[in-house]
Amino acid sequence: MRSLEQDKLASFERAVLPHLGAAYNLARWLTRNEHDAEDVAQEAYMRAFKFFGGFRGGDSRSWLLTIVRNTCYTWMNQNRSRDLTTVLDEEIHTVESEGLDPEALLLEKVNSDVLKRALDELSMEFREAVVLRELEEMSYKEIAEISGVPLGTVMSRLARGRKQLQQVLTGGKGKRARASNFSRP
Amino acid sequence: MRCKDTRELIGAYIDGELDLARSLDIEGHLLECSICSRESDNQRSLHRAIKSAELYFEAPPALEKRIRTGLGLSIRSEAKRWSLSWRWPIAGASVAATVAILLFAALMLNRRQNGDLLAQDVVSSHMRSLIPGHTIDVLSTDQHTVKPWFNGRLDFSPPVKDLTGIGFNLTGGRLDYVDSRPVAVVVYTRRLHTINLYIWPSNTDANAGDAATARQGYNLIHWTKEGMIFWAVSDLNTSELHDFVKAQRE
Repeated sequence: MRSLEQDKLASFERAVLPHLGAAYNLARWLTRNEHDAEDVAQEAYMRAFKFFGGFRGGDSRSWLLTIVRNTCYTWMNQNRSRDLTTVLDEEIHTVESEGLDPEALLLEKVNSDVLKRALDELSMEFREAVVLRELEEMSYKEIAEISGVPLGTVMSRLARGRKQLQQVLTGGKGKRARASNFSRP
Repeated sequence: MRCKDTRELIGAYIDGELDLARSLDIEGHLLECSICSRESDNQRSLHRAIKSAELYFEAPPALEKRIRTGLGLSIRSEAKRWSLSWRWPIAGASVAATVAILLFAALMLNRRQNGDLLAQDVVSSHMRSLIPGHTIDVLSTDQHTVKPWFNGRLDFSPPVKDLTGIGFNLTGGRLDYVDSRPVAVVVYTRRLHTINLYIWPSNTDANAGDAATARQGYNLIHWTKEGMIFWAVSDLNTSELHDFVKAQRE
């Protein structure tokens, strides 16, 4: 007959261990370093097991990534606090980026490295939102839960993060986008 | 729906996160407005670009093994946790110390963004430690011999503790170079494990609690106390290494 502890372990293995890939990917994008990501992922899993008793079912991936994200920020605070300072958001909010040709984004020709670098350069909050949305394909609601912010904040971070990416990819940092000057319908 | 509103919601619309009423509004607006329509195309292009760039990082297989072991779960492959596929036939302090330095160096390399200068230092340090007889410069189990030995060779005086009472045997010391500066290394052993304790002065006076990490089977713990930076490196398990560190920090 198995002990409670063994049951807990078996249950954890079934429900949470399969999301190791997602845990590592998120940790890797947030810490921007593979060794740190491994350490964070491991610590997150230990914490997850500790808290597993309180997990009442539902989406175990979201539950785990909430812990991973939290562990990342704590870890960065302790070890790399200077990386937490927000990169200045260069977007001009009310501006039209006129004349941006989708082909200019050169989707098939976009260098993976360029995109990776652009994503790396986003501030941590924007990067987190983009990674969870684009790479983990999570809903806004899930992202809000994982990040611990309201839905509106998720939308805003996504919009701004994506805008920054577009600007980098089209060399838009040098370009000055014109203020909108057409009449609104 | 107006352009301003549309631009704010376009991301959510493309993501399929908008309610039906607003989705229909935006759809209608896009048919009439070329600016917003172009913005919509831009966003879709970006989305496709991200997808095609394959930015998802795969977890290294060793990570799962570490986590399973840490939880007490069986590992699905046969590889044992601490097995090193390149175990050298020659046992002894020199080999372990060399490996410890190399991994410590690798750790330092990863932690620093500009590797070139540090890499050179590390290579020099590594090559030096490979020369037979250069793992330990002063061979003594007596702290009163080891500590003064560092005087005149370093511009700081590292604390050397006798921990024989709790089972950590002082083996000796040596000079080494890490991070472009000379450092003291105090060498201890417990059973067959060598512990290298690297000590050098800190730029700031901040005390820092011990932080533990691991690299490929080796454990590292570092802390700062009273203006000195300490790094303990060993293949000894974390629990006992923490005992070592605790005793050092008293």
